Amino acid sequence: MDKKKALFALIVILALLPLVWTSDYYRHIFILTFIWVIIGSAWNLLSGYAGQVSFGHAIFFGTGAYTAGLCVTKLHISAWWGMLFAGPVTMLVGFIIGWICFRLRGPYFALATIAFGEIFLQVAKVWKSLTGGMLGILIIQSFRSKLPYYYIGLALALLCIAVVYKVVNSKWGYYFVAIREDQDAAEAIGVSSFRYKTIALLISSFFTGLAGAFYMNYMAFIDPQVVFSLHHISIMAILVSIIGGVGTIWGPPLGAFIMVWLQETFRSSLFGLAPRWISEAHVLAFGILVILVIRYLPNGIVGDWHKIVAVFSRKTTLLSQEKS
Amino acid sequence: MAFFSVQGLTKRFGGLVAVNNLSFSVDEGEILGLIGPNGSGKTTVFNLIMGVYHPSSGTIEFKGRILNGLPTWKICKLGIGRTFQITRPLRRMTVLENVMTGAFARTDSFEVAKEKAKEVLDFCGLGHKTHFLGKELTVADRKRLEIAKALATNPSLLLLDEVMAGLTPQEQMEGVELVKKIRNSGVTVIIVEHIMHVIMGLCDRILCINYGQAIACGSAEEVASHPQVIEAYLGKD
Repeated sequence: MDKKKALFALIVILALLPLVWTSDYYRHIFILTFIWVIIGSAWNLLSGYAGQVSFGHAIFFGTGAYTAGLCVTKLHISAWWGMLFAGPVTMLVGFIIGWICFRLRGPYFALATIAFGEIFLQVAKVWKSLTGGMLGILIIQSFRSKLPYYYIGLALALLCIAVVYKVVNSKWGYYFVAIREDQDAAEAIGVSSFRYKTIALLISSFFTGLAGAFYMNYMAFIDPQVVFSLHHISIMAILVSIIGGVGTIWGPPLGAFIMVWLQETFRSSLFGLAPRWISEAHVLAFGILVILVIRYLPNGIVGDWHKIVAVFSRKTTLLSQEKS
Repeated sequence: MAFFSVQGLTKRFGGLVAVNNLSFSVDEGEILGLIGPNGSGKTTVFNLIMGVYHPSSGTIEFKGRILNGLPTWKICKLGIGRTFQITRPLRRMTVLENVMTGAFARTDSFEVAKEKAKEVLDFCGLGHKTHFLGKELTVADRKRLEIAKALATNPSLLLLDEVMAGLTPQEQMEGVELVKKIRNSGVTVIIVEHIMHVIMGLCDRILCINYGQAIACGSAEEVASHPQVIEAYLGKD
């Protein structure tokens, strides 16, 4: 019950926040955070729960973004239609990639997803008649205010978390984890590993594509290097989940929050307070953070929350002992 | 038509013939013991039945249906369960979740699966350990969990692969009682086992194989006194 109340309070705070804190800049950072909550949670369902580690989620993000962009440049309709089409289109792409890659296990699957990621990047660069190549796609934003984007992003993020929660606590979720833990043992108790890995991939690609379409609508500009990026999308999706906690519901949302704000803190040189060269250090900061988390909290902040609690409660008991 | 039968089953791995023209059948409600020296092909037979390997030739028939070429999960759904010789608990799931995963083979409902899992765990004597993680169990409890996971899928034929290996004599006795209980609940059992007093007391019939070929089949006494069986285990003078 307490958890439900806390969740409700969090939603209310997030809903009221942009009305109180009216800075466009901070609204922007929150919108980016919401996008990463979606990508991280979606990656986590496939890779954290079903154990199929993807290094290619940029494929789905980019496909979703280009679906929305092409609605404008090719179909001459609003990019918001992309929000409707992105899911099915990305699921189709996901299905084909899964059909090919799920024959491979473990690191071989991961390598295959990297390869597909690069293929999509190169195709988007070269197929100029469709994608516009490196010029990218530029559209006109629907709203001048950031407020509508903030609420759409928040709603999508909450929807994604809710769906992941629902799936994980159902037959599908149990089958995903069983496949992660031991695919052969899972098959022996009636789990079609191919079918359920595909289901995990379809849900995961759906939400990642949706995030991509939303990104197109919000940023109004995409190019292949941005949305099909191995570093900035695929790897970031993994880091978000690892920092927060792989295979936990709240890990990726927390990880998204930490990563986006950390990145922004460095990019803006501690919001303009520190010398400019600090902005160059954000990749270094990510690296150090990831090393620390893997070394001390291998299950992420949410997954190893009891360890963090234990450290702090030990300190307080020591303090109280000293006093007495 | 037999409940379960294998006809001319052969499996070659390159030049090695692991199972060679093996035929046997099992009647409903029977416990069949499958014995043989190390490397004689017992586990390979189980893997062939479960569709982990596909036979080079021969047929496997269960309740009038040919199993050749079916994927493992489908064979499970048709009603054959198996345990692994080296136990394979789903490590980061609790005992209850392990068994629920098995129970989901027959239902989509979370509640039904949970009820079924609890029932099976009580049946297998693990009812008091439902919240342990798969990786935290002792050897004996892991073996029980293997059986519980398989039973939760509601099999009518259960393949047990050395479930008594590594257990103390006391635990072995409990194991024998459990297998008898399983049979009495209407499940047909094929059991691979090395421990002779276990298999002698438990099985209705015993099939002894060596180099993938059947060398003797019959009651415990018949097989134990068969000259080729003695030769396979002890060698010739």
